Amino acid sequence: MNFSDILTMRHELMLTVLALVVLIIDLNLHNRDKHLIIPITLSLFFIHTVIGFLPSQPSILFGGMYRTNALLVMMKNILNIGVLIILLQSVTWLKKEENREKISEYFILLFSTLIGMNFMISSGDFLMFYLGLELATIPIAALAAYTHHQTKSAEAGIKLLLSSALSSGILLFGISLIYGSTGSIYFDAVVQQYANTPLQILAFIFFFTGMAFKLSLVPFHLWTADVYEGAPINVTSYLSVISKGAAAFILIILMFTVFNTIAPIYNHMLYLIAVLTMTIGNLFALRQKNMKRFLAFSSIAQAGFILLGIMGGNTMGMTSVIYFVLVYIFSNLGAFGVVSAISTVTGKESMDDYDGLYATNPKLSLLMMLALFSLAGIPPVAGFFGKFFLFQSAASAGYYWLVFIAVLNATASLYYYLLVVKAMFINKNETPLIYIKSDLATRTGLVLSGLGIFVLGFWSQIYEIINSLSFGIIH
Amino acid sequence: MNILNLFVIIPMLTVGGILLTKDLKQARLVSAIGMGMQLILSGVLVYLYLAERSAGNTSTLLFMYDAVWFPSLGIHYALGVDGISVAMIALTGIVVFAGIFASWKMEFLPREFFISLIILATGVFGFFISIDLFTMFLFYELAVIPMYLLIGIWGTGPKEYSAMKLTLMLMAGSAMLLVGILGIYFFSAPAGSPLTFNIMEISKVHIPIEMQRFLFPFTFVGFGILGALFPFHTWSPDGHASAPTAVSMLHAGVLMKLGGYGAFRVAIFLMPEAAHEQAWIFLILTSISVVYGAFSAIVQKDLKYINAYSSVSHCGLVLFAVLMMNQTAMNGAIIQMISHGLMTALFFALIGMIYGRTHTRLINEMGGLMKVIPFLGAVYVIAGLASLGLPGFSGFVAEMTIFVGAYQHTDVFHRVMTIIAASSIVITAVYILRVVGILLLGPIKNDHFLHLDDAKWYERISTVTLVLAITAIGTAPLWLSNMINFSLAPIVERLSAIQITGLF
Repeated sequence: MNFSDILTMRHELMLTVLALVVLIIDLNLHNRDKHLIIPITLSLFFIHTVIGFLPSQPSILFGGMYRTNALLVMMKNILNIGVLIILLQSVTWLKKEENREKISEYFILLFSTLIGMNFMISSGDFLMFYLGLELATIPIAALAAYTHHQTKSAEAGIKLLLSSALSSGILLFGISLIYGSTGSIYFDAVVQQYANTPLQILAFIFFFTGMAFKLSLVPFHLWTADVYEGAPINVTSYLSVISKGAAAFILIILMFTVFNTIAPIYNHMLYLIAVLTMTIGNLFALRQKNMKRFLAFSSIAQAGFILLGIMGGNTMGMTSVIYFVLVYIFSNLGAFGVVSAISTVTGKESMDDYDGLYATNPKLSLLMMLALFSLAGIPPVAGFFGKFFLFQSAASAGYYWLVFIAVLNATASLYYYLLVVKAMFINKNETPLIYIKSDLATRTGLVLSGLGIFVLGFWSQIYEIINSLSFGIIH
Repeated sequence: MNILNLFVIIPMLTVGGILLTKDLKQARLVSAIGMGMQLILSGVLVYLYLAERSAGNTSTLLFMYDAVWFPSLGIHYALGVDGISVAMIALTGIVVFAGIFASWKMEFLPREFFISLIILATGVFGFFISIDLFTMFLFYELAVIPMYLLIGIWGTGPKEYSAMKLTLMLMAGSAMLLVGILGIYFFSAPAGSPLTFNIMEISKVHIPIEMQRFLFPFTFVGFGILGALFPFHTWSPDGHASAPTAVSMLHAGVLMKLGGYGAFRVAIFLMPEAAHEQAWIFLILTSISVVYGAFSAIVQKDLKYINAYSSVSHCGLVLFAVLMMNQTAMNGAIIQMISHGLMTALFFALIGMIYGRTHTRLINEMGGLMKVIPFLGAVYVIAGLASLGLPGFSGFVAEMTIFVGAYQHTDVFHRVMTIIAASSIVITAVYILRVVGILLLGPIKNDHFLHLDDAKWYERISTVTLVLAITAIGTAPLWLSNMINFSLAPIVERLSAIQITGLF
């Protein structure tokens, strides 16, 4: 192991160093100065994000357990940008009185999960993959119970921990079956041995179940609404965007490389799950009044769309998935950012409280509208492009009826997104929410989300860069 | 700078300008200037187009502009116009201009109103100038979404319901359209060549007939929902009735023409074999639109609903004519698009002006208005006569051409459909004259109406613009007809080649 190897692992190493630095600073600060951690951590994380964009060499470490190339680095960078926006949005909430004691814990736990996700993406065998997955899951459960004196938050934490444990167990069982039938846990070796034997298909199903849990696909979505509602808003943002995004990334890589031989078989399964996920996500979102639950169900439906890209099976498929996750990060963080800004100041989370919001908070309402339009897939914002390219990749594999069902679901989702727009712009309210003055960090986060929503669609260069790094199913 | 790019840049600059204004007066001034420039630009485009043609330029599309956008997906930002597009752009320019003046007194959130209106206009202009399917689709959806805000915030009556119904149904139409477009894309080149979204490129390729049979209904119905195809027209009456004046003008006048134009330019042009095979189904549906829309208009009591159903009927006629797929009928279809666009814009403008004075839209509560507001009354009569097809106005030219063209088909089915559709002329006369009689003539029902003001200067601008356009087309239609005919020729050639050589 030499210096260039250390450089290869820079994402994970920098994050570890960052977490340790936060811990050390926290130990040395007096209680009244604890809030200083926030700007320090934010700047360090910003530096980490920037360094992440520096060019790197593809390489393999630890005998094949860890690998990195331009595609994986790009995925990690996308996640970094998302986490940066979430950190910006968390600032106001962290400065609140009840959270002052636990500021550094928040950052350390968050960075731990991010390290886990980075390892998961960079894994070269199932062991590293599982380690990364566990490292990504357990601190999140602690984060979900961050405000543990509120019963809902504690409930969310326990639910997440237990459900994750069960799904991890099933996933591990799948991995053990893979090892048993192929004789190896290294991806490169497994793919050579993988055929359509029933045992291996069963192993894949168990494995997929574990991943489907993280992606909140139906029927593994039951934890989503309660956990999203109970956890603090910024943890919910993280779960809905980064956790899902990382799972989508690693899933598509594995399905295109390790499990490529059973592609015709898993496509049937994905078809059914995609239809179920989009439909049920939409159906349940229709009736939600709590904004966090509302966005939870909407993100379940969005995950269904990601499956369409996977079914494309070609370069266009992978590119559209990565691009969609990027756009989804900005759109969802835009929506969550507005909800967070409002909830942190006023504590109100219900859609009824948003009535007449345009009168007092025009900019917040406009950003929310743009974010919702992006989630619905309406031009000219980026969500339109993201969805269109996903549909294009599914159509390239001939799944026209699936595309039709998907687009109808997108239209149905427009209905409930418009309900929020209706509340903000059309419904009359005698007492709308007061004008919410956001501090610099929140405003920066919101502006970043808004910029992303607008620019990502028209700036085709980004899509082309992703496309140059992606690959289709390797036959 | 390509002239076509200006059609999108000027509205965007206008929106930017409105963002800097502070109140109604400034907002409407900026909008009027912006859309006035757009109208002049449309006129310039018509002039330049005719100049190019008379100079001997015979290429299918003029003023082309192509910028690669997403190379790996074959998406280009491709623009180009032919005679038909130019005519539609001129229509849009006139109607948008008239619409701005019809909203001169919009007191509630004026800046947001004008911004949404102009974004709507941008979507429409962009749709007419694009020749890349992705770009067309982007502008098409862009034109639908401001409708929700415009009707929901500034509308009347059951506005939230109407706005939601309209938006969802039109989006469902886009859903079907998306499937069609993607299908066309993946068959846009023979195996091995790069795929493309460009309409002209695709028109040179033969899409396999099985795919055409699958894609044509999706595409045609997708556009047809916007073009008031029965039974998907149900968004239209509530949508138009609840919308504010300028929005109804724009929507019935221009947006519904997107449906007709799209059905013709994308569905029939790119999939002619399937169009021939399946035309009979849609002919039945459109004939029902035409007749049912007209009958429904007879029983309405609310002025806006009458006009909304009338729009269903006339736009159905556009689709009817387009499905006839011969030179004369398609020519008539396009003239009908322009003629009806102008007429219905005029009607909605007038209804808005009358409502602003009498505060009722129910015809039974009004009467004898000709004595009180003679200018508006006279213009209403003109609009009515144009709508029922009086020679001298554009309605006659359009309907005459359509029915002559439709009757050129010698088989029983087409002729029966033509006769059924032509019966709508009589039904239209019934509801138009009835309304004119009850509304404008006879005794004055309400004493408050004795002191109504006649049209103000901005209302006169709005209405006179439209009347002039209608009369110009009605009395001297040949310049328009020739412009359209020239651009129709290659399309009709493609359609009749299919008919002669048969399906292969």
